[in-house]
Amino acid sequence: MGAWLTMSAATETPFEPSTSTGRITNFVDERVGGSGMLREFGRKVFPDHWSFMFGEVALYSLVILILSGTFLTFFFDPSMAETHYNGPYVPLKGMEMSVAYDSSLRISFEVRGGLFMRQVHHWSALLFVAAVSVHMLRVFFTGAFRKPRELNWVVGGVLLILSMAAGFTGYSLPDDLLSGNGLRIIDGVVKSIPVVGTYISFFLFGGEFPGTAIIGRLYMMHIMLVPALILLMVAIHLFMVVIHKHTQYPGPGRNDRNVVGYPLGPVYAAKAGGFFFIVFGIIAFISALFQINPIWNYGPYDPSPVSAGTQPDWYIGWVDGALRLMPGWLFNIPMEWEIPFPWGVNTLSFNVLAPALIPAGIVFTLLFAYPWIERWVTRDNREHHVLDRPRNAPTRTAIGVAGVIFYCVMWAAASSDLIATHFQVSLNDVTYWLRALFFVGPIVGFIVTKRVALALQRKDREIALHGRETGRIVRLPHGEFQEIHAQLDDYKRYKLVGYESPLPEEGIPNKNGIVTKQENLRSKLSSFFFEDRVAPAAPSELEAGHHHEAIESSEDNKAITH
Amino acid sequence: MGNHSDGPPTSSDAVAKAGRKEVDTFQDPGLPPHRLRLADTDPKAAKRAERQVAWLFVISIVGTLLFFFGYFGIRLDDTTGTLRIQNTLLGIGVGFAMLGIGTGIVHWARALMPDHEVAEERHELRTEEDRLAALKIVDDILDETGIKRRPLIRNTLIGAVALAPLPAIAIFRDLGPLPGDSMRHTLWKEGERLTRDPDGTPIKASDVTLGSAFHVIPESLNKLESGKLNEKAKAVVLLVRLNPEDLHPSAGREDWSYNGIVAHSKICTHVGCPVALYEQQTHHLLCPCHQSTFDITQECKVIFGPAVRPLPQLPITVDAEGYLVARSDFHEPVGPSFWERG
Repeated sequence: MGAWLTMSAATETPFEPSTSTGRITNFVDERVGGSGMLREFGRKVFPDHWSFMFGEVALYSLVILILSGTFLTFFFDPSMAETHYNGPYVPLKGMEMSVAYDSSLRISFEVRGGLFMRQVHHWSALLFVAAVSVHMLRVFFTGAFRKPRELNWVVGGVLLILSMAAGFTGYSLPDDLLSGNGLRIIDGVVKSIPVVGTYISFFLFGGEFPGTAIIGRLYMMHIMLVPALILLMVAIHLFMVVIHKHTQYPGPGRNDRNVVGYPLGPVYAAKAGGFFFIVFGIIAFISALFQINPIWNYGPYDPSPVSAGTQPDWYIGWVDGALRLMPGWLFNIPMEWEIPFPWGVNTLSFNVLAPALIPAGIVFTLLFAYPWIERWVTRDNREHHVLDRPRNAPTRTAIGVAGVIFYCVMWAAASSDLIATHFQVSLNDVTYWLRALFFVGPIVGFIVTKRVALALQRKDREIALHGRETGRIVRLPHGEFQEIHAQLDDYKRYKLVGYESPLPEEGIPNKNGIVTKQENLRSKLSSFFFEDRVAPAAPSELEAGHHHEAIESSEDNKAITH
Repeated sequence: MGNHSDGPPTSSDAVAKAGRKEVDTFQDPGLPPHRLRLADTDPKAAKRAERQVAWLFVISIVGTLLFFFGYFGIRLDDTTGTLRIQNTLLGIGVGFAMLGIGTGIVHWARALMPDHEVAEERHELRTEEDRLAALKIVDDILDETGIKRRPLIRNTLIGAVALAPLPAIAIFRDLGPLPGDSMRHTLWKEGERLTRDPDGTPIKASDVTLGSAFHVIPESLNKLESGKLNEKAKAVVLLVRLNPEDLHPSAGREDWSYNGIVAHSKICTHVGCPVALYEQQTHHLLCPCHQSTFDITQECKVIFGPAVRPLPQLPITVDAEGYLVARSDFHEPVGPSFWERG
């Protein structure tokens, strides 16, 4: 904004545009002051890395969702009034169904390009949630959530929840058999909420399930409330990206005080803008060639039939999988309790409530709190604009992988029946194994990941100090065979050594000289984070190594600090 | 990576970690030297890249034409074949139209636009001077309102603001009726015939052969003017016939079946999916949604999966004409549990 002020001060000499484009631009500029903005942003530098594109994919699929969704609203009728199908699709002719389902069929079979738009909308919805998720994983594993970006991480988490809400409300709209069953499950989960569950269910559905209100209500949320919130969050998100400037990967010439990359105009704008068309094109190809949600195969919603092997959209799978994993009876103890109160007996369905709330509660609480947890443990209050390579933050990376496994076990459980039928194994066994993995998987994942990360760090050290293997074997005069290692240049080496490897920290006494319990916990967590560490290679070690090679000692004397 | 330890002096609380104070770290060699691309040095290569970009744009034009061919050239009829062809043409057309533009622009940027990486300084998010000025403004504003000096105003305002949103919650009361006891009743009553889903033809006990299963609705369901789905969502029943000696009715339920024919609610006691899969050999019912498994020989007790309660049983008998009828409604609420269920 500093540029703004200097601009207004510098408008002494009137500017005479010579071309018509110049005249129009000048007209706008004199009224809104665009040149200040252009000066500020026109050459703004953006770092470039393939992993930065996930956020772009999310943004672009959102644009495609809004475009295709707007088209669909012109033809969709969210009414649950009863009608009889009278369209061209023969197997459903004369069948009783809701107007919503009827209009969805009309979009598919009678509106030219309607099926294509439905396909585009559904595929880009799947891609949108996927891109948001992968983008968040990228941010987590590279430590991009650290100061000053903690709040933007929270905004991203809210966007993830909103994107799932948008997806689920949309999934329910066609009022086909699958979507109705999805709502049935939601109704069952809502009813398990203590005290208010039944009331919420009746208010949501306008009475008993399924009623005649829910599609219209979900439609309002799907096309107005949720997208409005998403757009608001996206605006805040991008605003903060501009304020913070983008993070960059570590490398020579990059540090926390600069940003290295391409200027917005022309290169970055061209790449990012062109990428929108690439995302759109790929979604169009997928929509052309791969069928998604063929609602005409399922028929209208009816509480009686259900087909085996049905799946929710991928992003709801983990919650559905958690519902499947929870045993109703644990060693002959029921997980639903009838609790006697002075006014009567009430029922608590822990078998539904627990899987619906606890895993999602754990995932989102940790997700939102993680930046503050790490900040507290490391007492690191500095601004970070240079990312961590995941291997250089082994504990964080291991925590992330544990979380991913926790999520994926539940996600796999949503397909337990398909796993059983495809691999010809017992459905019950699949569930038992997944129940075990639910607890063991994250722990194993943590340990393995941490070891892999440390091993990769050691490899980096080895390469930084001894160079890379050339594959050339030479025979020395005394008969020994050795592979020649080529030393890295300074730039490549800096990428491998330029990271920070903090040491675990003892609890710090307060001003009375007492290490509080909280501080003790912090010190324990600090050990948990940094106890196992690989120190970055130092110039003195490189020096010693050269010397070492010079005297031709064949002993591999890697000094690795633990 | 940037040397994190040499942050601005304002972050004096930065962790001074052992090892970081040593000077024994590699110095940042700065940005690597820029390497020229082929198109930077060879005019022929540049020309070639230019032609490639143009070709990609031409492919996009062809894609758009393909869309119009699919849209106007394919006439939809009653078969799904034409729909499939049209959808494919529209999609591939749009796909090429978009990818042509996208890859063209990206190729242009990568091959022909300057690829010098530049470094820009980051600015402080907020200066200490700004912070002090902002703090002073806030203090001045608060002071001018006098809110600290006038607790009466402050306290009544807090009260008003706390109460004001309540109407915004209360106004949603009419979203739906109160549950009442609607969840405890279904269409089933004494003498209500068991009929086939969905056509509503009554079922004779003699039609139910050993090992067969029927999806059942109450006879009066199809005669309802409105709310059919609501009633159906509670009333659907699965009817099977076992050897009478395979059934193990508990006390008081001995006469709920007829000749080995038993009727159980089809609505899963977990979260309400229809328990539609009947395993004839084992007499198990499997819910396809979350795999709760119920054993018909033990009054549909849960033997696997997340459900806790057995599927409620509908007491049945036959009427004078030999048709299966209900002896009463279910004796407990069907479907998923709820707080007031008791």
